[in-house]
Amino acid sequence: MASNSSMSLQVEDSKNTGGVKARRVIAYIVLVAISILCLFWFYVLFINSTRSHAEMTAGFQAFPQFKDLRFIKQFITNFSNLMAGTLPIWNGLLNSFIIAGSCALLSTYFSTMTAYAIHAYEFKAKKAVFTFILMVMMIPTQVTALGFVNMIGKMGLMDTFIPLIVPSIAAPATFFYMKQYMDSTLPLAIVEAARIDGSGEVRTFNTIVLPMMKPAIAVQAIFTFVQNWNNYFTPALVIKTNNKKTLPILIAQLRSADWLKFDMGQVYVMIAFSIFPVIVVYLFLSKFIVQGIALGSVKG
Amino acid sequence: MSKTKKGNVVSYNKWGYIFLLPFIIVYVVFQLVPLFNTIWNSLFEYYEAGLNVVGPNFIWFENYKTLFATPDIWKYTANTMIMWIMGFIPQILVSLLLGSWFSDTRLRLKGQAFFKTVIYLPNLIMASAMSMLFFSLFSQSGPINSILMQMKILEEPFDFLYNTLSVRTLVAFMNFLMWFGNTTILLMAGMMGIDASLFEAAEVDGATPGQVFTRITLPLLRPILIYVMITSLIGGLQMFDVPQILTNGKGEPANTSTTLIMLLNRHLFSKNYGMGGALSVALFVLTGILSMIVYKFSNSEE
Repeated sequence: MASNSSMSLQVEDSKNTGGVKARRVIAYIVLVAISILCLFWFYVLFINSTRSHAEMTAGFQAFPQFKDLRFIKQFITNFSNLMAGTLPIWNGLLNSFIIAGSCALLSTYFSTMTAYAIHAYEFKAKKAVFTFILMVMMIPTQVTALGFVNMIGKMGLMDTFIPLIVPSIAAPATFFYMKQYMDSTLPLAIVEAARIDGSGEVRTFNTIVLPMMKPAIAVQAIFTFVQNWNNYFTPALVIKTNNKKTLPILIAQLRSADWLKFDMGQVYVMIAFSIFPVIVVYLFLSKFIVQGIALGSVKG
Repeated sequence: MSKTKKGNVVSYNKWGYIFLLPFIIVYVVFQLVPLFNTIWNSLFEYYEAGLNVVGPNFIWFENYKTLFATPDIWKYTANTMIMWIMGFIPQILVSLLLGSWFSDTRLRLKGQAFFKTVIYLPNLIMASAMSMLFFSLFSQSGPINSILMQMKILEEPFDFLYNTLSVRTLVAFMNFLMWFGNTTILLMAGMMGIDASLFEAAEVDGATPGQVFTRITLPLLRPILIYVMITSLIGGLQMFDVPQILTNGKGEPANTSTTLIMLLNRHLFSKNYGMGGALSVALFVLTGILSMIVYKFSNSEE
């Protein structure tokens, strides 16, 4: 490794130091431009959520109004106006948390269990089940939505959280990630050793396998949480009562309201309110998340 | 512990089935039964017209005939595909470029962790919130019009949300923004997997970075590129949140931004079970074929 890099350094110095330097400069310029393209919209969101409707109508301003901390005061005003309005945003936040959190827990626990069944045991239907799960992995939930709505209607589960939470037990993509992680980190000798020590199968799974899978579980818990936090299609079909609505449904409701009458300050605060939790989590765990994507999605 | 060894093996392996049970039960109840129910419904004339319910009358494949005979379905298919392609082309080009820079050991770019964090961020943002944000930003009295007027590029506000090209561009742009970071990281992982000695050999032979990219990186990356393209196409067929919120479900102007899933959503809300079923089954078959291709590819890689 060391000799390789010193060799390439020499080649670089002798031949194309200038070329590499120029390419590096171009790369930085493009990367900065693309980062601005990604962040600009959220910057405008921040600015506009700290301004009043009247100020916004007068025209866009590039910087927050720092004088007398006006931007903080106006943000608080916008936020309290939003809370005083008809949208049940705190319920929405709580509902989204309950649903996304439960999905993350159930999905990771049972996907690990399913992966363990395929990984650690030999049984007749094993190969068929594994192939089946891989094949259905890509099928979108939308194409079964009609039957799904019909069925939960018949089961009396309409307008409840159950049809939004329980299906996450069967998550083929999470299963696949867990299975791959297990292949590389869970030697069967450990399971054997636990058996010899007299540990039951369920206990082995809960006390030995689960802790070893912690890194994979954490990555998938975050992804499942975010995915369900952001989900709009299915909750919109299932939930009817105002107080049970999740944040994406409230956003859609805001969009279909006669928005010209709306105080735009509140609209921006509402958008910020919906994406803020995910952004905070991301800022703390970004390195971990970015590594997780590459680990799972490309075949190892 | 008094069992024989053989008995033990058998009793252990039954646990394979037991641990599979939760997945299988939930999958059957919430995915498989609904799928068959959807297919079954697609064979009936069954819809609500005002307060009257028509059907259910068994009509074989009439719904499919109606579905494919109406020009709407082709228009919405075209809309979906156009907006997907408009987003996918810049997505793959930018991702290839950034991926090759991130994985290039000679460039040794600093701050990679920061850039990766920033470009992946939009992927985690709620699509409906992002769409609502763009709706607010690009509305007639919104900040984009305001900025463009302050810069004297526009004399009076432009109605971005009632122009076919600008609505489609906005939808495609949001899809691009949300997915290029993800694609960059996938392609980068693929590029890092390429044997470094190939690059060194090319370098010794005096290949330019452009030649290295087109002659070595691209051909070796082909399986991942195909994977990315087909999974993105499957995602594109599901396009819903962004155009739905941006146009308030109307697909404005004149349904030129209505996607297939938006049509499905309309059928679901108007309780047109027959036609909704037929559309679902058509989409199911299409994604099924596409997933088979992905499955074939990811297996032949080994």
